[in-house]
Amino acid sequence: MSRRCVLFHFLLATNGLNWGLDFTGGVVVEVGYPSDVDLNKVRSSLEEQGISGAVVQHFGTSRDVSIRFQPKEDASQAELTEKVRLACLKVNDNAQISRSEFVGPAVGEELATSGIVAIVASLVVILLYIAFRFDWRMATGAVISLAYDVIVVLGFFSFLQIEYDLTVLAAVLTVVGYSLNDKIVVFDRIRENARRLHKMPMVDLFNLSITETLSRTIITSGTTLITVLSLLIFGGEMIYGFSLTLFIGIVFGTISSIYVASTWPLLLKISRENLIPMEIKKDIGEDDEATYGLNR
Amino acid sequence: MNKYPLWGNLLIVFILCMGALYALPNLYGEDLAIQINGARGIALTQKEITQIDEVVKPVCNTCNVEFENGQALIRFKDNDTRLKVKDTLSKNLGDNFIVALNLAAATPNWLRQIGGRPLKLGLDLRGGLHFLMEIDMAEAIKKIINQDIQEIRTELRQEKIRLSNVHANGETIEVAFRDANTMNQAYDVLSKKFTNKVVTQEEKNNGAFVITLTIKPEALRDLKTSAVEQNINIIRNRVNELGVAEPLVQRQGADRIIVELPGIEDSARAKEILGATATLEFRLVDASADIQSAASGIVASGDEVLTDRDGRPVVVSKRVILTGDHIIDAKSGMDENSRPEVNISLDALGGSIISDFTRDHIGSAMATNFIEYKVVESDDKTANNGKPKFKKVEQIINVATIQSRLGTKFRITGLDSTSEAHNLALLLRAGALIAPIQIVEERNIGPSLGQQNITNGINAMLYGMIALAIFMIIYYRVMGIIANLALLFNFVLLVGLMSMIPGATMTLPGIAGIVLTIGMAVDANVLIYERIREEIRAGRGIQQAIHLGYERAFATIFDSNLTTFFVAFILFMVGTGAVKGFALVLMIGLFSSVFTSVYACRAIVNFLYGGRSVKKLSI
Repeated sequence: MSRRCVLFHFLLATNGLNWGLDFTGGVVVEVGYPSDVDLNKVRSSLEEQGISGAVVQHFGTSRDVSIRFQPKEDASQAELTEKVRLACLKVNDNAQISRSEFVGPAVGEELATSGIVAIVASLVVILLYIAFRFDWRMATGAVISLAYDVIVVLGFFSFLQIEYDLTVLAAVLTVVGYSLNDKIVVFDRIRENARRLHKMPMVDLFNLSITETLSRTIITSGTTLITVLSLLIFGGEMIYGFSLTLFIGIVFGTISSIYVASTWPLLLKISRENLIPMEIKKDIGEDDEATYGLNR
Repeated sequence: MNKYPLWGNLLIVFILCMGALYALPNLYGEDLAIQINGARGIALTQKEITQIDEVVKPVCNTCNVEFENGQALIRFKDNDTRLKVKDTLSKNLGDNFIVALNLAAATPNWLRQIGGRPLKLGLDLRGGLHFLMEIDMAEAIKKIINQDIQEIRTELRQEKIRLSNVHANGETIEVAFRDANTMNQAYDVLSKKFTNKVVTQEEKNNGAFVITLTIKPEALRDLKTSAVEQNINIIRNRVNELGVAEPLVQRQGADRIIVELPGIEDSARAKEILGATATLEFRLVDASADIQSAASGIVASGDEVLTDRDGRPVVVSKRVILTGDHIIDAKSGMDENSRPEVNISLDALGGSIISDFTRDHIGSAMATNFIEYKVVESDDKTANNGKPKFKKVEQIINVATIQSRLGTKFRITGLDSTSEAHNLALLLRAGALIAPIQIVEERNIGPSLGQQNITNGINAMLYGMIALAIFMIIYYRVMGIIANLALLFNFVLLVGLMSMIPGATMTLPGIAGIVLTIGMAVDANVLIYERIREEIRAGRGIQQAIHLGYERAFATIFDSNLTTFFVAFILFMVGTGAVKGFALVLMIGLFSSVFTSVYACRAIVNFLYGGRSVKKLSI
């Protein structure tokens, strides 16, 4: 597991992320033409308007063209989109601009900063909450496995060179929140079993808890995956990155819930006392031991 | 066992009914409509509604003018009548109204009475323009410092205190005096007058006596806030001039403004109107100056040369009598002799300033200087923190003779034509942006792409739900059907809540959020059902298994949803636009899904199985 994490880490480091417009700043224009269009014509038309170094690509069909470029520092924004529009119309009078975006470099930088802040803040809040509800060893396990999930998702984006924009960032955070659900299901069961099965060694206890919750971990992720798959197939190009992030994130979040999250507390030498509060409370599970013993 | 009390069941039914009621407006479509606003954001009165009604009736006698929130709305069955009525209205209503074609939600009256309205769609779903604008605060502060310097001069002159020099040094003002005595006198006056500044006095090494005025941090903050708010007001008025339906003008952060214009495609025109960062000032014309030498740039020390529209030089005093931000209104019209004129209304402060000034200057000429800011193309990227630089472009748009002492209301006559009067009024009215603004982000979504996004979103939602429902029925049978019901409740409740919350906007990621919450809502059911199965396997009776299943799964469900809620909340706080919409849906969705999956679902289970002996549970 950790080997895979290292692999994705490596990918991330070498390949880098394909940062979207939201973070880099720049211009994106999407144009729909009534008939097939020659990209070279669009390029030279752009050059005539003084826009150089633009990336011109087809997307979807050969009638749809996306144009993206970094404007020169001194270019006036007001004229940029107008120039692109003129260049597109020159190739064919019936061109329709379906979408255009401009993000200034300062704004992009801020968005990137707030994105990082959001991810770190989420992880810290989760760490504190789990430490409060369970134990710091469990919290460490949860946060490490969540970091693993994030790295894997980013690694995929790096590998496939899919654009990393704001909606993808939102999806990464959602994955963080969602993937934690599975981990808490397992943690809850570990705590419950720790109260009930006094004599079982911690390793076996963890093992048993994971096995007991395995089917629901898989089913809950499965049901969410069904809807995310539907988003991926029908949601369209604008939220493709978003849906893909959720899909990858949920798959690997499930894997990390089963294999990563619970391993760490054991490595950190967690003991039964860490999980059970000192005071003795009336516990609904307490009288179950005999029945459970028989059934196993 | 497994019975909710009656009030519990009633409460659940009540909540679901309320959800359904407020989700209902989304099922009605939209009516063709005409929307009429007062110009410059002024609310319409009942009298004006009657006026509109009188104009509309001859053209369309079935039309009904609705009056709400200071604006009028007329609904139509067919587009031809609508266009006909619009032409008539635009022709007859005049300058004080803005008439725009619009779509109005066809929510029935009784639903509107209780506050029901359909979801507000974001720009990515309905198409339109989004701008993020940044205010040049440095320029705003500079302007205010200059005003303060004027005030210091006036104040000291009134007190007959002689100063030798006053100038701005960044955000501080330094006033120099000849001797310590004068400085002390001035110190008393200034520290009383400028309570928002830290006033210090000292004797410099070179023998100068200097009072330094530094603006207090909290005053600076207020100043920035008011600069942003004033700009927001002016932009709002300009947006109204565009005649957009449901525009959004909102502050974001310290010095930014978001402008959203749904349904607008012509970004060039919108930018022209929004970006016209114009200010005005009135100055005295120096009639004694020699035009010949002025043309070559030689003027008296207190004067400067500006040019009018035809490029002719005009020598004006450097001192500004009044700035345009005191202008409340400017209207073009005709005087007694049917000559074009412009009527100007000032606020109280502006009125007293101009009244004091003109008392001593009857017969002199006053020039109206129009100032625009344009972005400078700069090679030095590091200058000014990478923020755009602005260039000041000044032009004299009018020179008029002061005929008498002026007050809060006065008029400019002697204009060449009615169109000139009209243009001058428009320019005066355009208001004064306290600081130049620059567009730092622009997003434009065409209407067809918006429609495509809606279709995609609904498809994803529909197929996702169907697939999920089929899985649940196969895997959990009757209990699966109950979970599916909860799923449906959840969807309705979520849509109802989103429609109810003012300011909530549905975006494409928002729809994705709904789809995702639906998938996650089932998780709670799965946790409960798996637990029930487990309890049954452990040899418990059906009733007890159901009871324990719900009870034991709840802590887990609560914990796991709470952490997702934390993340959604963080996302809501840092996110903007579509991402914020998604986070809101996620947060509301978590609430509604816990309610429907745990409580509503339980109510159904209790109704079917509770309180009687059940041999076998279909799970």
